[in-house]
Amino acid sequence: MNAENIANPKIVVKNLNFYYGNDRALKDINLNIAEKMVTAFIGPSGCGKSTLLRTFNRMYQLYPKQKATGEIILDGANILDKSQDLNMLRAKIGMVFQKPTPFPMSIYDNIAFGVKLYENLSKNDMDERVEWALRKAALWTEAKDKLKQSGTSLSGGQQQRLCIARAIAVKPQVMLLDEPTSALDPISTAHIEKLIDELKEDFTIVIVTHNMQQAARVSDYTAYMYLGDLIEFGDTSMVFTNPKRKETEDYITGRFG
Amino acid sequence: MMLDLYTRRRITNAIGLTVSMLTMAFGLFWLIWILWTLLEYGLPALTPLVFTQMTPPPGSGGGLLNAIAGSLAMTLVGTLIGTPIGILAGTYLAEFGQRGWLAPVTRFINDVLLSAPSIVIGLFVYEIYVVHVKHFSGWAGTLALAIIVIPIVIRTTENMLRLIPNTLREAAAALGAPQWKVVSFVTLRAARAGIITGVMLAIARISGETAPLLFTALNNQFWSSNMDQPMANLPVVIFQFAMSPYEDWQQLAWAGALLITLSVLTLNILARVLFRQSATTY
Repeated sequence: MNAENIANPKIVVKNLNFYYGNDRALKDINLNIAEKMVTAFIGPSGCGKSTLLRTFNRMYQLYPKQKATGEIILDGANILDKSQDLNMLRAKIGMVFQKPTPFPMSIYDNIAFGVKLYENLSKNDMDERVEWALRKAALWTEAKDKLKQSGTSLSGGQQQRLCIARAIAVKPQVMLLDEPTSALDPISTAHIEKLIDELKEDFTIVIVTHNMQQAARVSDYTAYMYLGDLIEFGDTSMVFTNPKRKETEDYITGRFG
Repeated sequence: MMLDLYTRRRITNAIGLTVSMLTMAFGLFWLIWILWTLLEYGLPALTPLVFTQMTPPPGSGGGLLNAIAGSLAMTLVGTLIGTPIGILAGTYLAEFGQRGWLAPVTRFINDVLLSAPSIVIGLFVYEIYVVHVKHFSGWAGTLALAIIVIPIVIRTTENMLRLIPNTLREAAAALGAPQWKVVSFVTLRAARAGIITGVMLAIARISGETAPLLFTALNNQFWSSNMDQPMANLPVVIFQFAMSPYEDWQQLAWAGALLITLSVLTLNILARVLFRQSATTY
């Protein structure tokens, strides 16, 4: 594994184990996430790629029976540490989910919701922030005339871009994308992939995907996981053209998975 | 004779369909009969006097105004007391009660309360309240109705909140929102229509309850806006008038029964429309 040769990693994962009750879903994961790059997690269903992603913002803490051990270092601090403030962690690490999850409120309020948690902006500043986030998420032209309409009135692809805008508006440093296009049609998928390319100028992006072409298209680094193990991790071009491990090659060429 | 699989399936299907249609028709038959009888006797008795005059002594004309007003007052206040408690407790069960023993115990007790016969609740309020103040009163009736409202609202609030997909909670939590904000600004809002439906069903349920009022509010021949006095109400008046040998009292009982049925029907239809609307948006 060549996880070590990433200079200046944003996130360092050390000996991470994860448990659903007594089931061990992640086994001694060691991995570096490069700053302002796109890292993709691929692998068959149940391999632990989403589980791994959800440890980065401690999403698992919503559920009583899930726990993680090991270290995940972000900016020098272990985020698995009990003393880590969850809300501040999640201000730094935004997340977008598989299914679009607009809140039952207007498009404007959907974006303002997260911002209000951390900042006390004037009406003008908030308007600007909402516009900025919607522009970043390539939704401004479609949404600017219906900011007061319910977020649920948008199409699926637009809803997903709204969720991206909502995450961006908080100005996080890292964006976690959990299969962000698996519920979308090819055109919306293309929109979002283009967006990911633009977003990595400002954000460190980690994406979980079922779609290997997508991983090849959008990511700089790729991690292949299987049954809770990190099998291979490296430059996306290397992993896809010249995988070091037989298992990776089998999965990528479609002989398995 | 061996039938092929397809024919056998069709026959089984036809038998199943016929049996279920017959049972449905059987159920509907009684329901329609009840409604028909109610309309037949109730409509002629439903005169403007019903809404303008007090309950009469036997043999003279009158209406149901004091009973209607009493029912409205007790139902309204009972709902106002029971709904916030029910919504808060239901929210606790659905959103905060994953850890520990308190939520499962509360849920079990609530289920018991939900299926408790309403006469037991009437007797309970009689014992703890009426016996001590030594007279029947509107407050006692209100209290009994509120106790009936609480478990219904708890149950529907919990169920409606559980229908909200976890991904919505995760999305709000992922922005760093503390749990109370997730619950009050996202999940409760998403479940709003369903919760209102539950409240309406609770109102429908208590507006026909007789047993708990018999031991608490009892009845009042006259107009009373004092909740500390015995209070007239439609169910008890219907009970008393329908059992009486006087023709004009029986007429008024029919009118009252029709009034309750119509308002419950309206509430139920409203609740359905509202719930269907919420199902399409969320």
